Amino acid sequence: MSSNTDIDLVHLCRLAQLALNEDELHAAQADLARIIGMVNQMQAMDTEGVAPLAHPLENPQRLRPDSVTEQVDRERFQTIAPATKGGLYLVPRVVE
Amino acid sequence: MQPFSSVTDLNRGLRQGDFSSVELTKACLERIRTSEALNSFITVAEERALAQAEAADQRRAAGEATALTGVPLAHKDIFCTAGLPTTCGSRMLANFIAPYDATVVSRLDAAGAVTVGKTNMDEFAMGSSNENSYFGPVANPWNPALVPGGSSGGSAAAVAAGLVPLATGTDTGGSIRQPAAFCGVSGLKPTYGRVSRYGMVAFASSLDQGGLFAHSVVDLALALAYMAGFDPLDSTSADQPDPWFDDITTNGVTAPDQAPVIGLPAEYFAGLKVGGTQMDEARKALEARGCKFREISLPHTASAIPAYYIIAGAEASTNLSRYDGVRFGHRCENPTSLEDLYCRSRSEGFGDEVKRRILTGTYALSVGYFDAYYLKAQKLRRLIQQDFLSAFESVDLILTPTTPDVAFPRGQLTDDPVAMYQQDIFTTPASLAGLPAMSLPCGFQQGLPLGLQLIGPHFSERMLCETGIVYQQETDWHERHPEGF
Repeated sequence: MSSNTDIDLVHLCRLAQLALNEDELHAAQADLARIIGMVNQMQAMDTEGVAPLAHPLENPQRLRPDSVTEQVDRERFQTIAPATKGGLYLVPRVVE
Repeated sequence: MQPFSSVTDLNRGLRQGDFSSVELTKACLERIRTSEALNSFITVAEERALAQAEAADQRRAAGEATALTGVPLAHKDIFCTAGLPTTCGSRMLANFIAPYDATVVSRLDAAGAVTVGKTNMDEFAMGSSNENSYFGPVANPWNPALVPGGSSGGSAAAVAAGLVPLATGTDTGGSIRQPAAFCGVSGLKPTYGRVSRYGMVAFASSLDQGGLFAHSVVDLALALAYMAGFDPLDSTSADQPDPWFDDITTNGVTAPDQAPVIGLPAEYFAGLKVGGTQMDEARKALEARGCKFREISLPHTASAIPAYYIIAGAEASTNLSRYDGVRFGHRCENPTSLEDLYCRSRSEGFGDEVKRRILTGTYALSVGYFDAYYLKAQKLRRLIQQDFLSAFESVDLILTPTTPDVAFPRGQLTDDPVAMYQQDIFTTPASLAGLPAMSLPCGFQQGLPLGLQLIGPHFSERMLCETGIVYQQETDWHERHPEGF
């Protein structure tokens, strides 16, 4: 459990791939401290021996026969991509 | 055709030849145009709507119409529509045109409904006031200075103002029920898994559920019958056939015969500042039809808001990691590195509330905090669900207020996210438990509509809707409409 002041927002931003400027960082720090302060109410509740509930119906993930049911239509899907070339998605150079 | 006609009335008019679907659709489009100040639509799909209306008229002439054929509706802009923008209220998807239709869209299309447009919403369905949309806030038709609720605020406002008789929405923690209450319309969140999530832009996958807004529960039930059902394309879709849906598509919504035992949870009524009188009147109306009431307790209710905001934030932070500026969605100009591409595309594309939720979720899932927050929230989720399951051993349904108050002024809560989150206090528990619930108009407070909430056991949509129909036979709150539309 955390106190409200030990939220390392710069680290969280890096994990979440978000870049905030100074003003935004300041506002987000205050907001997050209030939100975490509010959710800390949970800590007073006794949950000893309670199994976590991940899914409201607790259905095991449904499996389907291992057969081809649809084809990937790359050309159509790439029409909405910001930058492609020769069927590939373009990103800045990673390896020099 | 009157502006506030129900789906049932419009279907009758179409069947009798009083008007065609093309005429009806043109009238709807005109009303949307003259009500632009509400900002309830992000996209108006005139061309597509008229083509669908023409096809609907031909289908009717061929004797193949369903109860929805030719009826105009609007989709929340979270449902993917091939050929039409799907923005999710975000700059991130401002130019996104999905390559396929959501199952909700394709099923309602197959029934012959006419899509007139896509409605405004809080960005990625995160919000309780519709103030978080990249496309601007939506006004409440009862008072334009007030919020319509959120996140499905555009759909609720569009139905309330009589622009469309029917609209889809999604509900993760109250995003159908709360705006339905604020706008004075009927709104239904089905059981988790009842309506396919395929093509519904994901926010929190273990909570998201598609549903509907309409003027009456009869209309909700009618549209649900065409929209719900197992979908192999959604891995969490419930394979739980309900013969009631088949009965509706064959015979329409028939006269209900429900007199359930209804629980009144003490935790929802203690300290209630607004709506006590209206809830008493609702109870009396239902008692007049044979319903019995019993006081119950749902002891973990107060844990729902913190548990919900951790679970929903955690799932959102994971789901929204797909927006990376590479395959679709917003991409920053001239990225200098892969990390710069990710970081700037996301920072430019997401609004403040979405960033807050992502950061909250990232925090809850990060090393050292996972057990104290995410796991703790999941344990509380089980306790909240167990509260309901225990209650349903002695009652059939549960009656509560939908919201702690009436619609609030725009801007009032924008600087205080925690106060905004408290708006969901009565709606998040049923969401965490995956239960079906609906909000129905139950009166007014200072001229503004109030909603009651009925919650049922998993897959009890029939009992829930039929009880709602009984209530609306006894009352006329759902027939009140805002002035000026």
